[in-house]
Amino acid sequence: MRERPLSPHLSIYRFRYTLTSSIANRLTGGVASVAFLAFAIWLAAAAGDTPFFERLHAAFSHPAGRVLLALVIVAFIYHTLAGVRHLVWDTGRALERAQAQASAWLLFAITVVVSAGVLYAVFFRAAGAS
Amino acid sequence: MRLRSPLGRVLGLGAAGHGVHDWWRQRVTSIALVPLGVWLLVALSSLAAFDHATVVAWIASGWTPVLLALFIVVAAQHSQLGLRVIIEDYVHHAALKTGMLLLVNFAHVLFAAAALYAVLRLAIGAQP
Repeated sequence: MRERPLSPHLSIYRFRYTLTSSIANRLTGGVASVAFLAFAIWLAAAAGDTPFFERLHAAFSHPAGRVLLALVIVAFIYHTLAGVRHLVWDTGRALERAQAQASAWLLFAITVVVSAGVLYAVFFRAAGAS
Repeated sequence: MRLRSPLGRVLGLGAAGHGVHDWWRQRVTSIALVPLGVWLLVALSSLAAFDHATVVAWIASGWTPVLLALFIVVAAQHSQLGLRVIIEDYVHHAALKTGMLLLVNFAHVLFAAAALYAVLRLAIGAQP
C-alpha cells in the first residue's frame, strides 16, 4: 500500500493536564470493560455456581481484592464523569481551552468526592465491611 | 475541489458505507449508561453484604432484574465499541487486529448472554 500521511506523533505535544484527563478516560474505559466482563462472571456465579461465588467473595474480601475493587470503582466513577464531559463537548459547548482546563479540574475534584463517598459506603459502613 | 459526489454528501455515510453509526451508538449507549451506572453503583454500595444469600435476594428483588438486564445489554455494547477503538488505534498488525476485534466481540456477546441468563434465572426462580 502507498505510504499514507501520518498525523503528528504524540511526542511532539507539550504536556498539559487536560491530556491526562483524556488518556485517563481511555485507560479507565479499558478497566471498566474488564470489570464489566468480571461483573458478568460474578452474576453467572451467583445464579449457577455457589462454591465459585463464595471463592470470589473470599477473594474480594482479601485486602488485595479490596484494593483492586476500590481501583475499579474509582475508574468506573471517573469514566462516567469524563463521559458526561464528552457528551457536553459533543453539543459544541465548553470547548475553549480555559473551559476545558476548568472542566478537567472539576472532573478530578468530583471524582475524588464521589469516590470517597462510594468507597466509604462499600468498605467502611458497619455492615458493609464484608 | 470536492472529490465526493453530491449524492454521497447528502447521504453522509462516508467511504465504508457505515458513516457515523458506531460513533452514534457509542454516544447513545453512554447517555443510557449515566442513569444505569449511577443506579448500579448506588444499589451495590447500599447492599448490606456481598455474600451469596444477600446478592441473590437483591438480584431477584423489585426492579433490579429489569435494570440489571438493561445495564448488561447497554454496557456490553458500549464496552465492545470502546475496546474496538482502542484495538484499532494501537494494534497495527492486520491479522492480530482482526483476531482481537473478533475475540472482543464474541467475548462480549457470550458474557452478556451468560449474565442475562443468570439474572433471568434468579428473577424467575425467586418467590414473588
